[in-house]
Amino acid sequence: PVNISMTVNGQEVTADVEPRTLLVHFIRENLHLTGTHVGCETGYCGACTIHFNGKPVKSCTMLAVQADGAEIGTIEGLADNGSLHPVQEGFWERHGLQCGFCTPGMIMSAAALLAENDNPTEDQIRHGIEGNLCRCTGYHNIVRAVEYAGAKVRGEEPPPPDWEGGS
Amino acid sequence: MATTSVMGGDVRRREDPALIKGRGVYVDDLQPTALLHVAFNRSPYAHARIKSVDTAAAEKMPGVVAVFTHEDVADLGPLVAQVPIGKLRPLLSDGEIKHAGEAIAMVVAEDRYQAQDAADAIEVDCELLPAVIDLKEAKSDTTKVHEDLDSNVIHTWTYHGYWEALGLEDQTPQVDAAMERDDAVVVSLEMTNQRLIPVAIEPRSVLAEYNSGYNRFTVHSSTQIPHALSGAIATMLGVPPSDVRVIAPEVGGGFGAKLNVYSDEVLVAFAAKKLGRPVKWTETRREAGGATVHGRGWIGTATLVGTKEGEFLGYKLEAIADMGAYSQNFTVAIPLLGLFIASGQYKMPVSWTVDCVVTHTMTTDAYRGAGRPEAIYYLERIIDAFAREIGMDPIELRKKNFWQKDEFPATMGCGFALDSGDYAAAVDKLIEVSGYQDLIKMREEARAEGRHVGIGVGSYVEVCGFGPAVLAEIGFSWAAYGLPASFNGSGLVRVNPDATVSVVIGTGPTGQGHETTWAQIVGDGLGIPIENIRVRHGDTQEHPMGIGTFGSRSLAVDGVATFNATAKVREKAAKIAAHLLEASPDDVVFEDGAAHIAGSPEKSVEWAAIAKSAYQAHTLPEGVESGLEGHAAFSPGNATWPFGTHLAVVEVDATTGDVKILKYVAVDDCGNIVNPMIVNGQVHGGITQGIGQALFEEATYDESGNLLTGSLLDYPLPTASDLPPYELSHTVTPTDVNPMGVKGIGEAATIGSPPTIVNAVVDALSPLGVKHIDMPLRPKRVWAAIQEASN
Repeated sequence: PVNISMTVNGQEVTADVEPRTLLVHFIRENLHLTGTHVGCETGYCGACTIHFNGKPVKSCTMLAVQADGAEIGTIEGLADNGSLHPVQEGFWERHGLQCGFCTPGMIMSAAALLAENDNPTEDQIRHGIEGNLCRCTGYHNIVRAVEYAGAKVRGEEPPPPDWEGGS
Repeated sequence: MATTSVMGGDVRRREDPALIKGRGVYVDDLQPTALLHVAFNRSPYAHARIKSVDTAAAEKMPGVVAVFTHEDVADLGPLVAQVPIGKLRPLLSDGEIKHAGEAIAMVVAEDRYQAQDAADAIEVDCELLPAVIDLKEAKSDTTKVHEDLDSNVIHTWTYHGYWEALGLEDQTPQVDAAMERDDAVVVSLEMTNQRLIPVAIEPRSVLAEYNSGYNRFTVHSSTQIPHALSGAIATMLGVPPSDVRVIAPEVGGGFGAKLNVYSDEVLVAFAAKKLGRPVKWTETRREAGGATVHGRGWIGTATLVGTKEGEFLGYKLEAIADMGAYSQNFTVAIPLLGLFIASGQYKMPVSWTVDCVVTHTMTTDAYRGAGRPEAIYYLERIIDAFAREIGMDPIELRKKNFWQKDEFPATMGCGFALDSGDYAAAVDKLIEVSGYQDLIKMREEARAEGRHVGIGVGSYVEVCGFGPAVLAEIGFSWAAYGLPASFNGSGLVRVNPDATVSVVIGTGPTGQGHETTWAQIVGDGLGIPIENIRVRHGDTQEHPMGIGTFGSRSLAVDGVATFNATAKVREKAAKIAAHLLEASPDDVVFEDGAAHIAGSPEKSVEWAAIAKSAYQAHTLPEGVESGLEGHAAFSPGNATWPFGTHLAVVEVDATTGDVKILKYVAVDDCGNIVNPMIVNGQVHGGITQGIGQALFEEATYDESGNLLTGSLLDYPLPTASDLPPYELSHTVTPTDVNPMGVKGIGEAATIGSPPTIVNAVVDALSPLGVKHIDMPLRPKRVWAAIQEASN
């Protein structure tokens, strides 16, 4: 085993891990932060997306030892003192999730996108989340959720829902 | 935030707070003490005779607790199935491998890495045998998939003969005679409806625990059908279903792939008992690709005969459907669901034959739509080709042949009756909201500029709300799982002493928002805010009999049962409230968390007081028992038949073959709507899965039976940047099959969208002479079709 330490959601973590342990398994099984999901083990679906030194990365194709010394953020740490991150709120308000399995990774990617650009166009949002697969929503309401969140970040009134009879 | 409980309100989901915080619990998140992990050794070959399985090295590896092979589980028999036609799957390969990915041995170890290492260390010596993958070759029986079956064709469905008891007339002579008419226009196309991999983003996972003191199993599984799984494990392990508690916690998508019972689910339960420790298996994505059921997989020829004025005289389909090697839950019955809607929205005679053929591939079974997308695709593509042949607008042609509003209930040639419909109204709405005439103008202008723009439409009928008790007689039956055969829905509504409401249902949602929709139904019926309503599902210990969630059935069957159960609770609560208010129960109205006397809102009693009274004998009226709960079952007399028409505008880049969707408009009619936000979400997802089939997805085996598309790297799903925003509208034609007037929406858009997209692409390329391209319309295939047409 190799001794590693990192900061996860603001807390110092030290552990002995087998060198081959995937970062996502370390997060889920050692740290019991099971909001980060495993969907494909090939870095394709994005369900395992976390923040690694502030950037969105796919934790299923990284080893835990590679995270030694890093600052890690997971979905569990996104809400600030119990108040939802604007992207989380947007997903709730605009029905950006159905089964919820891709959702944590999708939210982490979207939050990173908005951190770089808080007023993205629809096209920029769609390209910004294309590394995260969702099989339920067809992405339509995810895009609307990110637009909602962007408005919130900018301190503007979010656009109304676009489903028929929406309120 | 809107939290109204009124039906028809776009209430935000009750499910979401846990899920957006990463606190939702899926099976693989569970880690009980002393947990063991499973990995399978699977066949790389499609067809092979096993000469030996050497597990000695694996058994000695670090952390390995047990290795099981066929001999260890042979006594349990093959996996049970609802429709046991064909060959049932052995739990572990029983001497002859029938498809790549078939499980040969199961390793149980202390952690998942050790389990996988040991599974890879098992040595399997095989003699390779010829594999049959091609459907026409399989149908010819030159090589048998199973030596002990008479033929590779294990069943044939025909439009009139699927159920002899009905004594239906064979309409084939009518269709054939129409083709001989002097004025007949006959259009025919051979088309593929390719095999797909469902790809729920959550891989399947099962965790079993066995307590030898209580002789009871607890099984957590990522399943759409907890009760059937409980019954299957119980039947196979020889215990009563009540001693196998199955819990489906959060389930990360199903799409039909989790509407099944798998050998791994039975094996993990078996191992948990044998080893006396909790055992968990979570599939890898590659296993999800090759060892969880596939969908579709048809080839066939569709023929439409009509007049040049656009009157349909008959429709014929001759197809072969790929069953894969082994039959699981519904396998052979999937095409039957297509048969029920073979004539779509049109009144015409039908001749429909589908041969169910086995091949050396993974089992096919339900995948979103299940038989219906296949049936509608053939029909809607050939109608489009017919419109082009006679030079008529494809919408006008469809409208000419629809069942008319005053003809419902409309009995089709297959014996079932379409419950209700107004097909022309949906199409008229589509013409209006899409700006159809302007789109045509836009297309002509684009063509004048040399661009390849096309418009496509697709109209569908869906059959859902399973279902009528008669299904059990046709062969859809849960009896093989040791359960009652029929497809009843049920709902249990209990007002607790603290005035919260527990609603227990037997559905198995995988993201459809049942906790919200059911809370709306109950809240509306009792005048209780939905914040006080807790909906529980997916636990066989809480609910005596549930059918699960599939076939767009949950609301129209279990939702209606819950609606009826709510009425029972309201009736009893009215007696209690009347007693407290010293009034007549008939005058009690429930609203805004209280009961009051009709016309005298000031004379009211809060639910808190009613609920408390209900549980204390001294405050109850005479003859009223303590407690406040109601249960109702619902067995519909007919299925429900939602419908709609979709439209797409696409542009093809002729130099690359790339297809871009410029606009997508859908008009769907699922009857009354409880939560428009959730309904629209279902349509968004359905359209996208249909676009996935039309443009991207295909499960491909090579001629030796190797699955070439077992990971997401080679099985492309649509991404956000591949898709346009969707424009959705609805018409509302309530059904009288149930008292809520609801139909079902889960699969509708998956049925409507594939022909819509392909019709649009063919329209775009028709000036170049392209008549058809088989799905998926990837750039290479589109480009080749353009080259072929222009040469």
